[in-house]
Amino acid sequence: MTTAISVSGLHKSFGRTHALDGLDLTVSTGEVHGFLGPNGAGKSTTIRVLLGLLRADAGEATLLDGDPWRDVAALHSRLAYVPGDVTLWPNLSGGEVIDLLGRLRGGLDPKRRAALLERFDLDPTKKGRAYSKGNRQKVALVAALASDVELLILDEPTSGLDPLMEAVFRECIEEEKRAGRTVLLSSHILAEVETLCDRVTIIRKGRAVETGTLAELRHLTRTSISAELATPPSGLADLPGVHDLDVRGTRVRCEVDTDKLDAVLRHLTEAGVRSLTSQPPTLEELFLRHYEDELTGKHAVVA
Amino acid sequence: MGTFVGTGSLVRLALRRDRIMLPVWIVLFVLTASSSASATVGLYPTISSRVEAAGTFNSTPALVALYGRIYDPTSLGALAMLKLSALGAALVAVLGYIVVVRHTRAEEESGRLELLGATVVGRRAPLTAALIVAAGTNLVLGLLTALGQIGAGLPATGAVAFGLAWAGAGLAFAAVGAVAAQLTSSARAANALSSAVLGLAYLLRAVGDSAGPNGPTWVSWLSPIGWAQQLRPFAGDRFWVLLLLAGFAVLAIGGAYALVARRDIDAGLLPDRPGPASASALLRSPFALAWRLHRTALFGWLAGFVVLGAVLGSIATNVGSMLSSPQAREMIVRLGGEKGLTDSFLAAELGITGLIASVYAVQAAMRLRAEETAQRVEPLLATATGRIRWAAGHIVMSLLGTGVLVAATGVAAGLSYGAAVDDLGQVGRVLGAALAYLPAIWVVTAVVVAAFGLAPRAIMAGWAALVAFLVLELLGPLLKLDQWVMDVSPFTHVPKLPGTAFSATPLVWLAVVAAVFTSAGLAAFRRRDIG
Repeated sequence: MTTAISVSGLHKSFGRTHALDGLDLTVSTGEVHGFLGPNGAGKSTTIRVLLGLLRADAGEATLLDGDPWRDVAALHSRLAYVPGDVTLWPNLSGGEVIDLLGRLRGGLDPKRRAALLERFDLDPTKKGRAYSKGNRQKVALVAALASDVELLILDEPTSGLDPLMEAVFRECIEEEKRAGRTVLLSSHILAEVETLCDRVTIIRKGRAVETGTLAELRHLTRTSISAELATPPSGLADLPGVHDLDVRGTRVRCEVDTDKLDAVLRHLTEAGVRSLTSQPPTLEELFLRHYEDELTGKHAVVA
Repeated sequence: MGTFVGTGSLVRLALRRDRIMLPVWIVLFVLTASSSASATVGLYPTISSRVEAAGTFNSTPALVALYGRIYDPTSLGALAMLKLSALGAALVAVLGYIVVVRHTRAEEESGRLELLGATVVGRRAPLTAALIVAAGTNLVLGLLTALGQIGAGLPATGAVAFGLAWAGAGLAFAAVGAVAAQLTSSARAANALSSAVLGLAYLLRAVGDSAGPNGPTWVSWLSPIGWAQQLRPFAGDRFWVLLLLAGFAVLAIGGAYALVARRDIDAGLLPDRPGPASASALLRSPFALAWRLHRTALFGWLAGFVVLGAVLGSIATNVGSMLSSPQAREMIVRLGGEKGLTDSFLAAELGITGLIASVYAVQAAMRLRAEETAQRVEPLLATATGRIRWAAGHIVMSLLGTGVLVAATGVAAGLSYGAAVDDLGQVGRVLGAALAYLPAIWVVTAVVVAAFGLAPRAIMAGWAALVAFLVLELLGPLLKLDQWVMDVSPFTHVPKLPGTAFSATPLVWLAVVAAVFTSAGLAAFRRRDIG
């Protein structure tokens, strides 16, 4: 499997702020890669480095086997970009912007363009200033998806889209995936990432804290267990990997590190299991867990 | 009165945002007025010298058209403030509408007003706050200007009249800006509309002022800039004319409030027409996009410059016959020409035209930074478009656009002058003279490009440079500045054509300077971060 994007040890500061602090990111060709992180974690900065808009202070970045800073024109005709906050020229119509961006990228498929306008229910005759945020976003999406490119770089592309349009977007990305295109999808909408992405990188404070397939990530985290037992359990709290234990008589609820699940389940069966539900961690929990200490840190400041 | 809720907070917000811009503007105006005053005091010590100078001035229609009349030939103040009464009032007027548009339509366009509008801010509060800030600015400006002039030794009553004339013009055009901000749906268009009104007002007073005793002198009374002059500071101090300015402002402001009540947020009164569903085959390069973005403004400027050129050309026809006295000749020489009165008149007017064309040059080149801060450049640079190619589109529009403007003025002035003297060979001469200003104008573009590449946050240096060149050009000779100071301005180096010997050397040097600044800016832009 070849690599579409490879970033290692990327550093970028703006004055005293370290936006990127040794970031690593690898996106294989043909995969949809989720790029997660809270506001200000450095997602957009990474993307802007990959687009050659910012110059990294240190570290390596390779994009489609080229240097994102030096090989701008060659690389950019092979990729399409959708910013999270699309601003349009007030006096150009949406259709004109779609065509212009497509042509500057090296051409776009008129049939795909027409089909996408239809699917996204976008009126291309409106002037830039007349579009709502969601519709501006659609203009950029149609321009990107109608281009024949190998790589799509999408920075929170669905911000401002209604749920219906979000569904259309997901369909489109599924199609792109089937067509063998690579997608880097930065997003806050975890359900979207969960359904679309093959692999996920979570970043925080300019550094990757987690990367892998969702299955791999789940393995690293906790499963919630809730069980009705025959007899009250004992010694459960002493088992490694058990968290947030809540025992009420014969009812037990707890969070278990997924790699310790085996031992905990064996312990429960000893007490006799009447009913058992186990829930694999959702991406949301996974995500929250990585930011938990940040959140509690903030609370501490407030208190 | 709930529609005014929040005005106070908005005024404070506006003052916070403009805490540097407004004082700088005010100080600039006050210094210009007071230094001009103190320089003139020494220049014309006796009444007879003033009467002589004023007589010469008033019998030169070209100067009267440009600056206005001196209504009391014995008055030192009237003579001192000659160049600043109409022209200064017009510049104060620019400040007036810029402030109002900046805090109303520009805020609305950017979406920031919506953010505020959702808090406890009444529907009329933003306009009211902007007008309060503009009125306050103009009053302070007028007051300080008056104090500065009194300090420079001019009579107090006249100084107060002069300060109020400036403030009144500023307020009148703040009101124009308020109406324009309601009619249009972009700040750019609102400023353009206000500028057009100002241009018209200036032209009306030029026509009225330069008309003979039996001519249509009343035309000056159609213009708020004309009113500011008819206040006649230092020459009768007719304070009642202020009522006209105030009445105009009140009516216009009332109109603006009526419009506010009728329209939705974000919308202008003129509805948006739908655009084409797909782009024309031509819209496929950064240059084509730049043309699309600049063409409306360029056409507006072009229309203005054609009119300006034609008016200047026709006035030039009379200059020779009007100037017979030796004092008049001396006056013309002092005002920048060297020999051949008509020629030196044309040269002087073309010089002013060149400076005005530089305003377009700066505006067009500044678009580089505006596109960047509005984040419209990123999607473009994420395509196969290189940075230099993208920037070149806007730079070319600035360079070629000023070329078109200057050439149009030259042709229009040459035609109207040539037609009057039955010598269309003048077209070539005047056109050539006008084009000689291009390298100097391009230096101004290049200053903006250099700032854009090297210090994008200090892009306003472009305007600062232009204002500095303007001050040097207008007041340098009067203030008897050293030659090296004058040499800072590229316009100092332009041969004063027609009429003097043409020399290509300074033009080549100016072009070289422009090329060096532009290259430096572009080289830096290639290496720097976007955003």
